[in-house]
Amino acid sequence: MPLAQTATTVPVIINKDLCIADKGCTVCVDVCPLDVLRIATTDDGDKTAYMKFDECWYCMPCEADCPTDAVTVNLPYLLK
Amino acid sequence: MTRQVLEQEYDIVVIGGGTAGPMAAIKAKERNRNLRVLLIDKANVKRSGAISMGMDGLNNAVIPGHATPEQYTKEITIANDGICDQAAVYRYAAECYGIIEELDSFGIRFQKDQNGEYDVKKVHHIGTYVLPMPNGDTVKKALYRQLRKARINIINRFMATRLLTGEGRVAGAICVNTRTSEFLVVRAKAVIMGLGAAGRLGLPTSGYLMGTYENPTNSGEGYSMAYHAGAGLANLECYQINPLIKDYNGPACAYVAGPMGGYTANAKGERFIECDYWSGQMMQEFFDELQGGKGPVFLKLNHLAEETVAEIERVLHIVERPTRGHFHAGRGTDYRKQMIEMHISEIGFCSGHSASGVFVDEHARTTIPGLYAAGDMANVPHNYMLGAFTNGAFAGLDAAEFIADVDFAAFDQGEVDAERTRVLAPTKRDDGIPPNQIEYKTRRLVNDYLQPPKVTAKMELAQQRFEEVRDDMEQGMYVRDAHELMRALEASSILDCADMAASASLYRTESRWGLYHNRVEYERNDEDWFCHTILTKGEDGKPAHAKRPVQPYVVEIAEDEKDAYYKQRVNSTVAAE
Repeated sequence: MPLAQTATTVPVIINKDLCIADKGCTVCVDVCPLDVLRIATTDDGDKTAYMKFDECWYCMPCEADCPTDAVTVNLPYLLK
Repeated sequence: MTRQVLEQEYDIVVIGGGTAGPMAAIKAKERNRNLRVLLIDKANVKRSGAISMGMDGLNNAVIPGHATPEQYTKEITIANDGICDQAAVYRYAAECYGIIEELDSFGIRFQKDQNGEYDVKKVHHIGTYVLPMPNGDTVKKALYRQLRKARINIINRFMATRLLTGEGRVAGAICVNTRTSEFLVVRAKAVIMGLGAAGRLGLPTSGYLMGTYENPTNSGEGYSMAYHAGAGLANLECYQINPLIKDYNGPACAYVAGPMGGYTANAKGERFIECDYWSGQMMQEFFDELQGGKGPVFLKLNHLAEETVAEIERVLHIVERPTRGHFHAGRGTDYRKQMIEMHISEIGFCSGHSASGVFVDEHARTTIPGLYAAGDMANVPHNYMLGAFTNGAFAGLDAAEFIADVDFAAFDQGEVDAERTRVLAPTKRDDGIPPNQIEYKTRRLVNDYLQPPKVTAKMELAQQRFEEVRDDMEQGMYVRDAHELMRALEASSILDCADMAASASLYRTESRWGLYHNRVEYERNDEDWFCHTILTKGEDGKPAHAKRPVQPYVVEIAEDEKDAYYKQRVNSTVAAE
């Protein structure tokens, strides 16, 4: 059974210019209760946090604990 | 199968680092600093559990000068339809003030008046127990500092999947890493469970799996593990159903806005319930109004003064569920200008609201020696955050005593191998059904067939359909990585909870406690209803049931006080101001 890919908007948005994942920061990934964030390497070799899994409770530790205010938590579109 | 499994030994393992768990670990260590105590969490203890972002107040503070343990015990007994073992409630009421003072010393501040006294508010029918927490956003950080100070061993991102038992008592727990699928077997002389509510049972009406009232990490593992270990679970026919802001999963009114003059109203702006304190009876009135010609139901604040609304906003939008401000901004709704539409939540199990949980006594002991439970998953009614802290403390202290006289219980290594096979099965397939679809289907069926009002034929259909989903899960679930495996294990706990909910509801053939167990074909039956129901795992591997008498009251309830929570509906409707 093939697994389909379905597009979805994700609630957690990271400002790549402010994110300091390339300095080794993983605070948002660490604190997420649902473990939905990961660090990605971008095309130009930079690192940034991103939301990998659409399983957000929009509880906000990632936004509250980010040392550079790079994280914004929006409400998932389904209930917005 | 090779046995590449990490093994560790501790005196006490605490599963769940939210609220009850950290306090249990701290207290056990305080009793005996030489104990080896492990705190394990499937997320990160820094931000795990129901109070991830903090809490806006204590719902049930019994503070000398404002309330007495006797009065509180009486109130909670009445609020629970009289079906309440009072010993645990009374002990909580007598000792929670000490915990408040201890939390205060951790740096978690509570609202005080100009004289420096606790500024307690009245929300319940009879007594005064609600204590606001103006800096409640600091709770988890303050707790974490105490855990470090007490030198508690912490392991994050390991999910407990089954308890080990042997020699008639608990022997440890089997855990799996949520990022690597590495196994960890923890041998322990005592195990304390603080795994929260079963909050991912019903499906929110938005269809978004994680848009639940409870933190969706609280997916019922505590209930499922206790069940498979053979412990008794109480009152599972009573479901948690809460009045919430429609589409937003935050609570609406009672504890924050109520004392400041906010209330629940129908579409005409009329108050229809006397008291916004959550109970089964209140939820029935809420449900009736929602379905009736005067619905839907709204939170009404637009009659209040600007300063009052601003203060309500400050509390509601910063602590507990801080995205609430974003939600209203997105909808263009403003407490000052219009009433805010409300709805009822999906169903779940949570002791704080519906007394449905793993059976424990006043020492937080379950029916299995050495196994403890505290917080939302243990059946002490109206637990809430302070209850989780206080009963967590009881569990930690009692476990420290218990382990003084015992060694590790022997267990069957075959249990570990069998669990490893069960857990890893979805990783061994080449394709199949992803866990989110197993979960969605289970929870959609919960909504279709289990949500009250409850109908026998519908619940029996639910049981048939759950069996089909279970076959699909056991024979065909497929995961691609460790993260999906965590979701697969959660789907399995959710299905266990759905089975228990259906079975427990069918067993109690009378209505009780308003909407929580409204079986439309049956009236309340005064001959048979005055008891707890206890669910265990039967010989055939399916839920078995028994009735357990309510223990003799410690605090007597007068005849004319018993129905205080039944008089919910406003007699002559109060017109909008």
